[in-house]
Amino acid sequence: MTATAPASRPARAGRRPGWSLRLERRLEVPRWLPVATTAGALVAALLISGAVLWIAGGNPVAIYVHIFRSSFGSLGVLSDTLVKATPLILTGLACALAFRMRLWNIGAEGQFLMGAWGASAVVLIPIVPAGTPSIITIPLMMVAGMLCGAAYGAIPGFLKAVRGVNEIIVTLMLNYVALLWLSYWVFGPWSEGGFQLSRPFPPEAWLPRLSDAAEAVPAFAGLTVHLGLVFGLVAAILVRFYLFRSRGGYEVRLIGDSPRAARYAGIDVARKTIVVFAISGALAGLAGMSEVAGVVHRLQQVISPGYGFTAIIVAYIAKLHPYGVVVAAIAFGALILAGREIQPSGIPAMIQGIILFSLIASEVLLRYRIRLERRVD
Amino acid sequence: MDPTIILAAGVASGTVFLFAAVGEIFAERAGVLNLGVEGMMLMGAVVAFGTAVGTGNPWLGLLLGTLAGGLLSILHAVITISFQAEQVVSGLALTFLGSGLARVLGENLSKAGAISLLPKTTVPLLSEVPGIGPIFFTNQSVLVYAGFVVVPLAWYWIGRTRPGLHLRAVGESPTAADSLGVDVYRLRYAYVIVGGLFAGLAGATITLAVSPGWFGDLTVNGAGWIAVALVIFAQWSPIRAAVGAYLFAAIRRMLVDIQGPEQLFGFPNPFFQDHNLTFFLGMIPYLLIIAVLVAVSGEALRKRLGAPAALGIPYVRGERGH
Amino acid sequence: MSDPPADPRSLAVEMRGIVKRFPGVVANDGVDFDLRLGEVHALLGENGAGKSTLMNVLDGLYRPEGGAITVFGRPAEFRSPRDAIAAGLGMVHQHFALVPTQTVTENVLLGLPRPRFRLDAGRYDDEIADLAGRHGLAVDPRARIWQLSVGEQQRVEILKMLYRGARILILDEPTAVLAPQEAMDLFRTLRSMVAGGTSIVFISHKLAEVAQIADRVTVMRRGRVVAAGVPTAETTTAALARLMVGREVLETIERTHQPPGPFVLSMRDVEAEGDRGLPALRGITLDVRSGEILGVAGVAGNGQSELAQVLTGLRRCSAGSVTVNGVEVGGKTPRDAIVQHVAHVPEDRTGVGSAPNLSVADNLIMKSYRDAPLARRWTIDTGAVRRFANQLRETYSIAAPSVDTEARLLSGGNLQRLILAREIASEPRLMVAVQPTRGLDVGAIATVHRLLLDQCAAGSATILISEDLDEVLAVADRVAVIYEGRLVGLFDAADADVAEIGLLMTGGRTSPAAEPAAAPGVP
Repeated sequence: MTATAPASRPARAGRRPGWSLRLERRLEVPRWLPVATTAGALVAALLISGAVLWIAGGNPVAIYVHIFRSSFGSLGVLSDTLVKATPLILTGLACALAFRMRLWNIGAEGQFLMGAWGASAVVLIPIVPAGTPSIITIPLMMVAGMLCGAAYGAIPGFLKAVRGVNEIIVTLMLNYVALLWLSYWVFGPWSEGGFQLSRPFPPEAWLPRLSDAAEAVPAFAGLTVHLGLVFGLVAAILVRFYLFRSRGGYEVRLIGDSPRAARYAGIDVARKTIVVFAISGALAGLAGMSEVAGVVHRLQQVISPGYGFTAIIVAYIAKLHPYGVVVAAIAFGALILAGREIQPSGIPAMIQGIILFSLIASEVLLRYRIRLERRVD
Repeated sequence: MDPTIILAAGVASGTVFLFAAVGEIFAERAGVLNLGVEGMMLMGAVVAFGTAVGTGNPWLGLLLGTLAGGLLSILHAVITISFQAEQVVSGLALTFLGSGLARVLGENLSKAGAISLLPKTTVPLLSEVPGIGPIFFTNQSVLVYAGFVVVPLAWYWIGRTRPGLHLRAVGESPTAADSLGVDVYRLRYAYVIVGGLFAGLAGATITLAVSPGWFGDLTVNGAGWIAVALVIFAQWSPIRAAVGAYLFAAIRRMLVDIQGPEQLFGFPNPFFQDHNLTFFLGMIPYLLIIAVLVAVSGEALRKRLGAPAALGIPYVRGERGH
Repeated sequence: MSDPPADPRSLAVEMRGIVKRFPGVVANDGVDFDLRLGEVHALLGENGAGKSTLMNVLDGLYRPEGGAITVFGRPAEFRSPRDAIAAGLGMVHQHFALVPTQTVTENVLLGLPRPRFRLDAGRYDDEIADLAGRHGLAVDPRARIWQLSVGEQQRVEILKMLYRGARILILDEPTAVLAPQEAMDLFRTLRSMVAGGTSIVFISHKLAEVAQIADRVTVMRRGRVVAAGVPTAETTTAALARLMVGREVLETIERTHQPPGPFVLSMRDVEAEGDRGLPALRGITLDVRSGEILGVAGVAGNGQSELAQVLTGLRRCSAGSVTVNGVEVGGKTPRDAIVQHVAHVPEDRTGVGSAPNLSVADNLIMKSYRDAPLARRWTIDTGAVRRFANQLRETYSIAAPSVDTEARLLSGGNLQRLILAREIASEPRLMVAVQPTRGLDVGAIATVHRLLLDQCAAGSATILISEDLDEVLAVADRVAVIYEGRLVGLFDAADADVAEIGLLMTGGRTSPAAEPAAAPGVP
């Protein structure tokens, strides 16, 4: 498409003279525009959600203030927010990476669960004898979580690469399968006393937290932020490096923009599909591991309030940039944390939907500019 | 484990998939991918049920539930057709929005009492035809019979009428259609909304005919996604979609029935012994969908069939591929 | 140089002062144009002159910012092509607006109010076959568009307009996709239509055709009319060319013919299937030496795309062998071809040859990002990439604000420069160029040719696949003709006879000397 691409919208019959609004295709996108439209979309979303809350009988301002206070108001709640953000960072990175290549990984939720299962298996089967020091147990759990997530992600990757099967549906179906798999183990072989949870993990399988150092640093008392946050931040740096400084990342970006050009350039798109899906799954799997080893300390049926789905929105808000994912993840961690107390329970999901809609609607402004002109008919 | 009962149940609950799939076929044939079916079905389900509870009139519930799905789809239409946004993401957003909104609306409905369902009837002569009669025409909801009518009508509309010709052209080659004066934008809007109406209808079918009650997200529990998959399996043909819908629902019913009896074909029933094994049974429908998609992908490649060529691509007048 | 103003009643179309702007350019700058009843009026100009835009305005696809149009004496304010058709005016575009999966009849009926509801294709099949026969446009109404040849598809486009009662027909570069014989057939059809009362506008950039078919010609350059309604009988090709381009004309390509070097490319009995599973290449055998340009002429759809794809690894050959410098690349991947220094300038600049939303720099490294100096083990040296990109940008005069500019913002000519820069920088042994000058203006065309010839002088072997016979004859050393997947002729360019080649392009006959024998001395 050249710079002179024609773009007139069809004129509709029967328009009255006066002012008119026209959408005109943009030639270039100023640097600041994506940030502005994102910010604008978020503001619009908050306003719309506020309106809906008001209609539903709530007080939007009070609710928003409450959300802010209960997530950032003190060191304690900030720590809780970060705990909620940790799995979102990793699953957000998983989605952002896959989406960069136009691989719609809607299965981060399932890969998260499989990662949690794999990490738990190390302790519950057990794969290492009880009492093994954490210096061995933790890395083993990490590897197990990542491997399970990667394998689970490789399935849709393989099917798409080899047979062109629609990955959206496959990953979604696998989400349900993963939950059922987890349920079997939690209700069955690993069940503790017939309840739907496993026995608690031994302390060697707990990720270190800030509150562990409370004796040395009293301010850390009660802060449950755990090592998983570090996983997330390190992963963000690594993913950023991968995407923009490595050969592999260049290939991902090229495939995402034009698979045909990528093939022309000699890239094996099929192989890359499987690899990237596997990496994406591994990141989500690590998130699962970090949640069971850092927060819950056992395996149970409900370990995710939909992290894998929220991750999609997180990735989108971040415009698929790894550092943006960190920021968006913290914001949504806050929403999840505070959202637990909001009645009715569907409101956080609704707000998420409104935010996503605002974002994609705002993207039209990146392609077109609005022109107000006087019609001279 | 009576085959007749299983198949009849398949027809009954398969009608849900059928409506949703037919609606999605219309939208996709026009070139617009609508992944928000799950959200629209939830809205249809909750509005239908809530209306029936509140007014005692299931027909009103049916109407309003259908409309709810259509209303939600307008959002998707505006964003993907007028704003030319990415259709996949818009559909996902619609799912979030629809499910969240539905949960909000249905907040107190799970404690609601019984409602009067839509009537079930048995068709006089047809129900006595051996084999087919007891399955298709005996004691089925009126919505099931509506389904029998909808499928051939949809097939006829798409393949044998002038409006159907325009529909197919818009999804295959919007540039060609536009150049001949076919209003691509308007037709796409119309068929997306039709898809939404059908999705709402499908949701209403759940709460007013198949398994009444409101259970939050579990009311639909992935049926919308299954419908989208069925469209691919059906290769965008309404009749094939119906077959897939009934079969799939029948298999689901069979998997439930397997769990009950102490003996299964003369052997001790493992699912009776260890109830936890039923989780694996639960996986089967989802794995089946995946297997079906894999099988179809090969067939499509071989027969050079496939999706409507312009599916998922926003139409912008004046942009030709140079 | 124009006739005195004609009586308005004998005008089919009158356009006065048409102004049409697009972001960044004025495509039509106060253009006047008229079409007399029963004439063939050619609209001549090079690519980008504004001819198609002007006719798109007439056809209702674009709304002009200024100017007035009358059709058959009545003022016309078309808001869409539908209005134009209602007024009796139909346009056949360069890129056909057909639905590939539907039949000819269904395509013709699309958008019409009849049939009211039920689609009874059978009845209309006969009606359309009849219409086709009357105008000499033979085509099977029951065939699906994807099954038809390009020439037949064009007939369907014309039929669509005729079925709607078009009395004015606008054809945009219709012969671009036809072999010389098919073009002759088309001209015959047009003449008979004119005799039956149709008025025709014929957009073209080919001087020879304009002289043949048109009664009058209007020349446009850079959005303005430089000669209005000149009777073709009263002017010469040279004069028109000068008007078209604004300077003393046609590209004269200076060729220094190399002494042919060693063989680079060898194809033996290569067979390959097309996308639909039908055979696209049947037993291709040819050789190309370093320093030589082999032109492959032919009408679109006879295997050219598949030939290029087989040479570059984008398509597997089902039989035969393709060797570059002795190494087999036939059944291999694009990567293998790239490793053997096979460069590819593809047909599709924007869809295959470049990634539109990536930067110029990212596009320039597409072939070289795996190797030093741009890459170390797993990482890419961004500094080296910038230096490399800037260097190429200068050397090849790629007009872009910076190497960070997105590729989709480049004009066609600049994008082609980018692609050539990249491919030539990879030091190719074999260069496969497909339709390299399609849609470019004369200046850009000359640049592309120059670059290809320079590469030849540097020792590459080049295959130039082009539907533009003039281009092939001007640039190539030897010319092969491809028809239905076979090479049906092989000539030295100096000895080439256009008439004979034209015949071969449409399957006329194989010339006795043209059994493409393997060159002597090649295993």
